[in-house]
Amino acid sequence: MIALRRRRPRLPGPAVPGTVALAAHDVTVQYGEKAVLSSVDLEVRHGEMLALVGPNGAGKSTLLAALAGDTALTGGRVTLQGHPLGSWTTREAAMRRAMLPQQHVLAFPFTVVDVVRMGRTPWTGTVHQEDDDPAVRQAMRDATVTSFADRPFTSLSGGEQARTALARVLAQRATTLLLDEPTAALDIRHQELVFSALAAEAGRGTAVVAVVHDLGLAAAYADRVGVLSQGRLVACGPPRDVLTAPLLSDVYRYRVEVLPHPRTDHPLVLPERPHGTPQAGDDRPPRKEHPWNTDPSPRT
Amino acid sequence: MTAPRTPAPPRPAPDAGDHAPEPAGPGSRRRGPLLVAGLAGALMIMVIVAASRGQVSISPAEVLGSAAHRLGLDLGPLPSGPQAENALWVVRFPRVTLAVVTGAALACAGAMMQGVFGNPLAEPGVIGVSWGAAVGAATVIVFGLNALGTWTIVLAAFVAGLLTTLLVYAMSRSGGRTEVVTLLLTGIAVNAVATAALGLLMYISGDDALRAIVSWQLGSLASATWPAVAVVAPCAAAGIAVACACARRLDVLSLGERAARQVGVDVERLRFTGIAVIALMTSAAVAFSGIIAFVGLVVPHLIRLAAGPGHRTLLPASALGGALLVVTADLVARTVVPYQELPLGVLTSLAGGPFFFWLLRRTRARSGGWG
Repeated sequence: MIALRRRRPRLPGPAVPGTVALAAHDVTVQYGEKAVLSSVDLEVRHGEMLALVGPNGAGKSTLLAALAGDTALTGGRVTLQGHPLGSWTTREAAMRRAMLPQQHVLAFPFTVVDVVRMGRTPWTGTVHQEDDDPAVRQAMRDATVTSFADRPFTSLSGGEQARTALARVLAQRATTLLLDEPTAALDIRHQELVFSALAAEAGRGTAVVAVVHDLGLAAAYADRVGVLSQGRLVACGPPRDVLTAPLLSDVYRYRVEVLPHPRTDHPLVLPERPHGTPQAGDDRPPRKEHPWNTDPSPRT
Repeated sequence: MTAPRTPAPPRPAPDAGDHAPEPAGPGSRRRGPLLVAGLAGALMIMVIVAASRGQVSISPAEVLGSAAHRLGLDLGPLPSGPQAENALWVVRFPRVTLAVVTGAALACAGAMMQGVFGNPLAEPGVIGVSWGAAVGAATVIVFGLNALGTWTIVLAAFVAGLLTTLLVYAMSRSGGRTEVVTLLLTGIAVNAVATAALGLLMYISGDDALRAIVSWQLGSLASATWPAVAVVAPCAAAGIAVACACARRLDVLSLGERAARQVGVDVERLRFTGIAVIALMTSAAVAFSGIIAFVGLVVPHLIRLAAGPGHRTLLPASALGGALLVVTADLVARTVVPYQELPLGVLTSLAGGPFFFWLLRRTRARSGGWG
């Protein structure tokens, strides 16, 4: 209504693996007096998966919102493919990065396939519009939602809604993906399916940033892990270097152990559970075995 | 996309269910055009029926014949009764046409309103159009202003409706964004003031003015003329056209503001366009017919039940459904009691109120409360 002459959107070029997709420079976000993020510097490159971990309230979601342009910055700046976020139009930004929110809402009962198709909105009227159908189909397969494609979104379970939202984000085919807890509502099989799909995206040159709580998932799939604590990025690097017992115990304020997986050598992060391993000076009797481990009678 | 593709690493095998055959497309895709065609057909029939009923009885064939002759076609019988041709072209056709454009404008504005705010219970009245227009009309009536003759009321209602909407919109913005809840609550506050102003105007007005205000407030199409149609029709047509052009973006808006922005929808711009179009359509309709409540709420809901929530079908189908509803309601209002006319707005509210209640209960039961 206001700008009568609209500029044609600048279409994105190819995503060259290794180039910087998204960068935060000295980003600070305050809500009132409270600094939620303090001077965060972060670079995400095409072709890598970066996991953001940290305790509740560390600023993970705020950092993701800042990278997505959803939150006003108190200081610093965010660049998307080398240009400040504000220099892209809403639509041009959407061609370059997609964002999976933590919560999934839908005002009207659209079907799953309709919701996934909404991810194609930025490409309407461009040469990429002809990819709409294949992109939707592929995204629905990757997020394993094809079997309930025609059901209304509002009738789905939490996990099914989460996967539908993920399919919508994948269908957007942006070269940077920002995901806020993509596996929060998912069972173990779907967790693995989703992260394999995301790893495959990264393998094709997409920059993937995911907030995760499961440190094991981060260790197994991420190329780099960023650890946030009280609004600061306290460590960022390959999982093996970052996910160490002293650092994690300090950040989470709970003692954790890190062991190498016997077969894959990926770090396994476990909370220290003293009652499971009786220690010297602990004179309580060892815990009884669970009945199903000792009882020979079949339980059926 | 043109990203360089490398072979994907192996991934866990999805189960057979995930590789189910491609869906043939939701039924709503095919139901949409059918519904629009069906409503268009029903509207045509209803228009002819409505034009044939009244104090002077004219058969549907004569209605068609008369219309054909005006178009230069020598088809069908001409109305035979005395004054029938006149009654048709001076009274009934303008009235039925005004009913069509008014209903279409109100229902389409309602559908757009619900889409813009992602709330199935939103209605144009909420953002102040109707009551603002009522205050404008009442002011003209009470103070006997007639700078533009009979058109003064219409213009005052139109301008006041638009201004009230803009006021509500401007007051609910902060930091370049509009929060839906703030907007709706601001609407309630402004509507309260408008209602009080209307009450004050009625209190100080004389008997004749009071009667005029009340009859305007109750809603009626009795004052329909061709010039009235000539004002409302372009507003309705332009509004419906702009609304339909926004259809896909309105779909996306149901993901919520943030997610819609992330897929490239300029939410603020869409909202502003939406509110401008809603205010234009509603105040044009209300200016001539007074307050006809619930059309903008009931019709889009029925369409959504029949054809799903997609705005590409919802908006045109709501326009047709609204036209059908108002033509029918007006026919009932002017024929159910001989030589008497019921207020149209009263009729729609009488039917719309219980429907709204049912809707509330149903929505509440579905979503498990209002949170």
